[in-house]
Amino acid sequence: MSSLNWYKYSSPATFYGLAGKMIPWFYGAAALFCVAGLYIGLFLAPTDFQQSEAYRIIFIHVPAAWMSMFIYVVMAFWAALGLAFNTRLSFMMASALAPTGAMLTFVSLWTGALWGKPTWGAWWVWDARLTSELILFFLYLGFMALQAAIDDPRRADRAGALIALVGVVNVPIIYFSVRWWNTLHQGASVSMTKAPSMASIMLVGMLVMALAAWMYAIAAALSRARSIILEREKNSQWVAQMVEAEA
Amino acid sequence: MNWNSWSEFFHMGGYAFYVWGSYAVTAVLVVGEILLLRAHRQKALTLAKHTVKYGKVEKDKFDKDERNDEITA
Repeated sequence: MSSLNWYKYSSPATFYGLAGKMIPWFYGAAALFCVAGLYIGLFLAPTDFQQSEAYRIIFIHVPAAWMSMFIYVVMAFWAALGLAFNTRLSFMMASALAPTGAMLTFVSLWTGALWGKPTWGAWWVWDARLTSELILFFLYLGFMALQAAIDDPRRADRAGALIALVGVVNVPIIYFSVRWWNTLHQGASVSMTKAPSMASIMLVGMLVMALAAWMYAIAAALSRARSIILEREKNSQWVAQMVEAEA
Repeated sequence: MNWNSWSEFFHMGGYAFYVWGSYAVTAVLVVGEILLLRAHRQKALTLAKHTVKYGKVEKDKFDKDERNDEITA
């Protein structure tokens, strides 16, 4: 381990090349998991005895909701690292994650509404789980809007990092909301302490779709990070060398 | 297998609007993000090439730059 030089990978130039090699693999894995997950979810998983076929929204809804929270935590982690060590790449990673996180948060809200209508009779209720997830969506949008509004990238990074760090308290609130408050939203489908509350083939489908969402999020974030690196490092020697080598 | 026919599959036990509405919007958003990522990459590459060729250029100025089209071509 000691021979591994972490600083090497924190250099945008090294990261740019490495990420470029990794992206196709993550997209490929995402596509494979997605096809497998959809096959399990839409063809192998049986009809639910209570919800009939409406429950099949779970294969999109739960993976999107999990990733919406997870991506925010990862974003806050990079933001904290950036503030602590002043590493450019950490801030760029945080910025690269936000749009994908926002998109998946929207997916979880949208699919939740489409699931809520037939099962609860309402598109939306101001329940703790739904409200805290909506706040997560606004946190992502706020992070992006703030970064876009500040011209100086160094200041934009620090201001964004502050939102990311303050907002991260919302994540455990979302996660535990179904336990802390009396909510309409059902409890956790999967937890560390209890046996899963669903048929195993449904669970497998959901987990495979979650892996697909995870791989996709990594591919998308790495791809966006590469573009951000190019934009910010355009005056550097290595970008000039790379561009000239390609021409 | 749960379905006796494709029409039964698409009907989703009467929940077609909700189920397919979820899957379709998700698919559109994911494909849309991939297209935006591609456009972002092209723009960043053009910006980098432009900067290497013409020296220091501010990103905002570049967006309004008329030479933009000439360089991408």
